[in-house]
Amino acid sequence: MSAQGGAPPFDSVGTQDGATGALATPTAASASIDSELSARRAAAARRRRLVIYALRVAFTILWLGSWELSTRLNWVDPFFVGQPSGVVQRLWTWITEGTALGPLWLQAAVTMQEAVVGFLIGAALGVVFGILLGRIEVLAEVLSPFIKGANAIPRVVLGSLFAVMFGLSLWGKAATAVVLVFFVVFFNAFQGVREVDRNLIANARILGADNRRLTTEIIIPSAMTWILASLHISFGLAIVGAVVGELFGATAGLGQLIYNAGHTFDVNGVFAGMFVLAVLALIAEGLISALENRLIKWRPSRVSGEIPI
Amino acid sequence: MAGAGIELRKVTKRFATPKGGIYTAIRDLSMEVAPGEFCAVVGPTGCGKSTTLALVSGLERASAGEVLVSGQPVSGIPDGIGYVFQGDAVFPWKTVLGNVAAGPRYGGASTGDANKQAQQWIARVGLSGFEDRYPHQLSGGMRKRVGLAQSLINNPRILLMDEPFSALDVQTRTLMENELLALWAATSASVVFVTHDLEEAIALADRVVVMTAGPGTVKGTFAVDLPRPRNVAEIRFQPRFAQIYEAIWSQLRDEVLVSYERQKHAAAV
Repeated sequence: MSAQGGAPPFDSVGTQDGATGALATPTAASASIDSELSARRAAAARRRRLVIYALRVAFTILWLGSWELSTRLNWVDPFFVGQPSGVVQRLWTWITEGTALGPLWLQAAVTMQEAVVGFLIGAALGVVFGILLGRIEVLAEVLSPFIKGANAIPRVVLGSLFAVMFGLSLWGKAATAVVLVFFVVFFNAFQGVREVDRNLIANARILGADNRRLTTEIIIPSAMTWILASLHISFGLAIVGAVVGELFGATAGLGQLIYNAGHTFDVNGVFAGMFVLAVLALIAEGLISALENRLIKWRPSRVSGEIPI
Repeated sequence: MAGAGIELRKVTKRFATPKGGIYTAIRDLSMEVAPGEFCAVVGPTGCGKSTTLALVSGLERASAGEVLVSGQPVSGIPDGIGYVFQGDAVFPWKTVLGNVAAGPRYGGASTGDANKQAQQWIARVGLSGFEDRYPHQLSGGMRKRVGLAQSLINNPRILLMDEPFSALDVQTRTLMENELLALWAATSASVVFVTHDLEEAIALADRVVVMTAGPGTVKGTFAVDLPRPRNVAEIRFQPRFAQIYEAIWSQLRDEVLVSYERQKHAAAV
């Protein structure tokens, strides 16, 4: 084993005369070269990160600056497109004095509650049905046209139906979120089960695993990569579901806030509401990533060059 | 546990191809492996070597003919079968310990007992200290050791090996071959070792079975009367090794050529 993890390739340059030299334990000199190299690498990575951040800030300034400027100079009418300074002002008023519907945090809490409840139910149903149909082929064959059909219709319109069914309560919005989340998670879980390495299944069966063990120890861990990937997308959809649900009838929530702002021609208010939603979605995304890293710590760590989008 | 005998009587295996055709992997194949024997199977690419193992393991059913393990027809996975796969088949989400302990746990042992047994096997394949690593943190050779320990911990009476070392570099491979022989000597299981490498087959086995280009059947069987214990790295230099090699190669060569011509033809079409 040690021969494999042996000296780095540039070491052999000085030891052409004997093969034994290349296999010797790394000397102090090569160790210091190693540490120097890794230090240089870390410095380069740091520099690169700084450049990326600087470019992001520059992009934000360019974007918001040109927006602000073009409205200040009246090239476009801020009444229709809003104005960054106005958005900030509106946010500030919301934070300090509250919104027309009550305190801002309460609106955020209402929407997030709807989204989280819908997300949890939709994801749980998606995982369960995905694994079930992935494992039981007959079931998948029988149900596939129904599922494909249900997936093909624009499900947000169900929000109006749920508003009738559940009234102004949380459940109407959560249900809208559920129907959006379910299909994404379901298709991923199903695919994940179908893509399990045949060798791993054969190996587990040879080692004596029964069907239950096969599902819990091989199929589910293997499909977990797919399922967790789908959770990233589907939390955003849960927020969409909650907000759309609020449009069909609500007394509070960020969707309702945005809806109100739109109706009173308050474009800055619409953008401010969107901004709050974006921040909340990013926080949720961070939490899901943390969960993902905990749940699949067996995976090779991410390549540093990978762009986290 | 003592090894068990294997017998294949005029076995044929056909697969349905995705295009609706039928592909015959092996045809009228008959061979026998005595209890405790180390039998190597060589043949050109695509001659149905792996299919033969799948039939013995019960993972696949024969289309015609009979497969017997310990005199019993195979239906489902027979007791006491170990299988070392060609690719990586260790579970990537389990640690080394979890991977090796899987067999006993599936067999009904408590996690504590299973782990204790696994520790011993991990030590036996030289991976002590790596119990908590995940497979992606190991080298290819180390992953193969995990796979070996995972199979051997179940005390198989029959060990099926499908080109287990083909992905390893030559040095690691020789080490692993020697280790396999040492481990096998301690268990006395019957081994069916599939490989396309004739040198490896002769160095390891008591008997070498040559298969024809697909649909595969047995072309010839050769006893390897080299003394044991063997050192795989050195046995190749013995004159007797060269004699056996020549004898088998004279048969294998034609099949390899047939297979090669077919592949060229397939590539041209």
